[in-house]
Amino acid sequence: MSRKVLLYTGLVLLAVPFLFPTWWMITASLLPANEVLSFPPKLFPTSPQWVNYAQAFGEYPLARQYFNSLYIAAAVTAGTMVVASFAGYAFARIRFHGEKLFVLVLSGLLIPSEVTIIPMFRMVDALGLTDTHWPLIIVPVFGAPGVLGTFVMRQFFLAVPDELEEAGRLDGLGRFGLFRRIALPIARPALAAVAIFTFLNSWNMFLEPLVYLSDKNLFTLPLALTQYVDAYGGHLWNIQLAAAVTTVLPVLAVFAVAQRQFVESLAQTGLKG
Amino acid sequence: MRRNDALIGWLFIAPQVLGFAAFVLWPLISVFWNSFYRTNLLSGISTFAGVGNYQQLVTDPVSPTVARVTFFFCIGLVVLNLGLAMLLAVLLNQRLRGAAVFRTVFFSPVVVSLVAWTIVWNFLLQDNGGINSLLHVVGVDGPNWLRGDTTALVSVIVVQVIKNVGLNMVLFLAALRGVPRPLLEAAEIDGAGPWRRFRSIVFPMISPTTLLAAIVTVSGSLQVFAQIQILTGGGPADSTNVLVYYFYQQAFQNHDFGYGSALAVVLFLIILALTLAQWRLRRRWVFHES
Repeated sequence: MSRKVLLYTGLVLLAVPFLFPTWWMITASLLPANEVLSFPPKLFPTSPQWVNYAQAFGEYPLARQYFNSLYIAAAVTAGTMVVASFAGYAFARIRFHGEKLFVLVLSGLLIPSEVTIIPMFRMVDALGLTDTHWPLIIVPVFGAPGVLGTFVMRQFFLAVPDELEEAGRLDGLGRFGLFRRIALPIARPALAAVAIFTFLNSWNMFLEPLVYLSDKNLFTLPLALTQYVDAYGGHLWNIQLAAAVTTVLPVLAVFAVAQRQFVESLAQTGLKG
Repeated sequence: MRRNDALIGWLFIAPQVLGFAAFVLWPLISVFWNSFYRTNLLSGISTFAGVGNYQQLVTDPVSPTVARVTFFFCIGLVVLNLGLAMLLAVLLNQRLRGAAVFRTVFFSPVVVSLVAWTIVWNFLLQDNGGINSLLHVVGVDGPNWLRGDTTALVSVIVVQVIKNVGLNMVLFLAALRGVPRPLLEAAEIDGAGPWRRFRSIVFPMISPTTLLAAIVTVSGSLQVFAQIQILTGGGPADSTNVLVYYFYQQAFQNHDFGYGSALAVVLFLIILALTLAQWRLRRRWVFHES
């Protein structure tokens, strides 16, 4: 009995630093500026200041930046799913010389985007594509996140039983038909896993937009969130945290609904750090 | 069919392989190449510098600090992350009501966007911020976390560990489920206490997972950038200036692409060497292969 109590006490104490930041982010986003750092700390907003949210959207191009992040992440996710399912399928199920290239492509997992960003920046600059969203969309599809997608799809297609495709072949399906009608429809769990980690990876991208973008209207959310300072460089905490809340809650909501898929997707692939 | 198959195979992998060549392989070769050149940004002219950039790496007075900070950051992050992940997994692996709720709680920071998470902690770690307010309530005068040499580095590590420890916790939980209960019960009958059972049975049996988690976490810890940029900017006095951040400063703040490329090459070689070393270690250290 006492062992159970001890265990629960330990778990609750350990849970504090995991829950508290998100709680305080929401609380502080609803406080007036002069109470944000007040003492004793306010754990509940007594009169919620929704105006902070109005300010975050009204005085900054946050809506525009929100749209940027959403459509870039959607484009990267769609692109990765297409490229990765084609490549993953061929690497897993077609016997041909190109199979040998798989190890080469896989080595991309050892090459973080930081390592290659100088030549990428020079290439993007030479093409006149800085301050556009092109590098943020194209590069991740083929870089480490895309390679991870191809790897996950290949692992899935490897486990598809031969009899399934044999049956399709007897029905007169060609190679493309086998891919399109047999393999792809059963690959949904793998595609969901790829979609989740690809979307989150793009949603969280920080160094690339920092390097490629200078126009605030083109910023994505992570970069935009760092901009909430007054003319003297002081933090506008409550407004910054209001903006932060709007980027966190939608993802947490989807996580709450599709928890199992999130855990499987992220745990089998591993994020940074 | 076979010839046709090969053609379709090439078509299927073409986007991935060509994209990989253009956006990963070519830039990788290029960064090695660039590291032997010095680029004058005013004129835009590159001149061959031989190993000049690497010599600069040796003579740069900041280098030893960056090397030391990177080392302690990695070690601290990996040890704390794996240790805490294992502890949480063991606690949640008990027959316990509400374990699923706790699992969700410990995993939730993983899906909170990285910059938002870091901004909250930046707010909490200010001198007059939430952490110190809470400490004040219990009568402790907290330090200015992000402005002290040691506390800044420790703060960045802890913030990052809490953010991502849920991933490794989930991996360890899955591994713990694979440890057969009869084995543990037999050991208990033989008089082995909980610690002894963990050390002699559980730990060796989950070692493949530990290795995998260590590889991912080490190489991830070398890429921690946004957190440093937001929390400390590499300071105070370079005490949190890890390699990837120093690389960013040189390449994109000083616009020194030659030296920046040399730093990027070093980062790549470290990640490569660590990963290969860990795979080799596997043979000696890992108890069994799953």
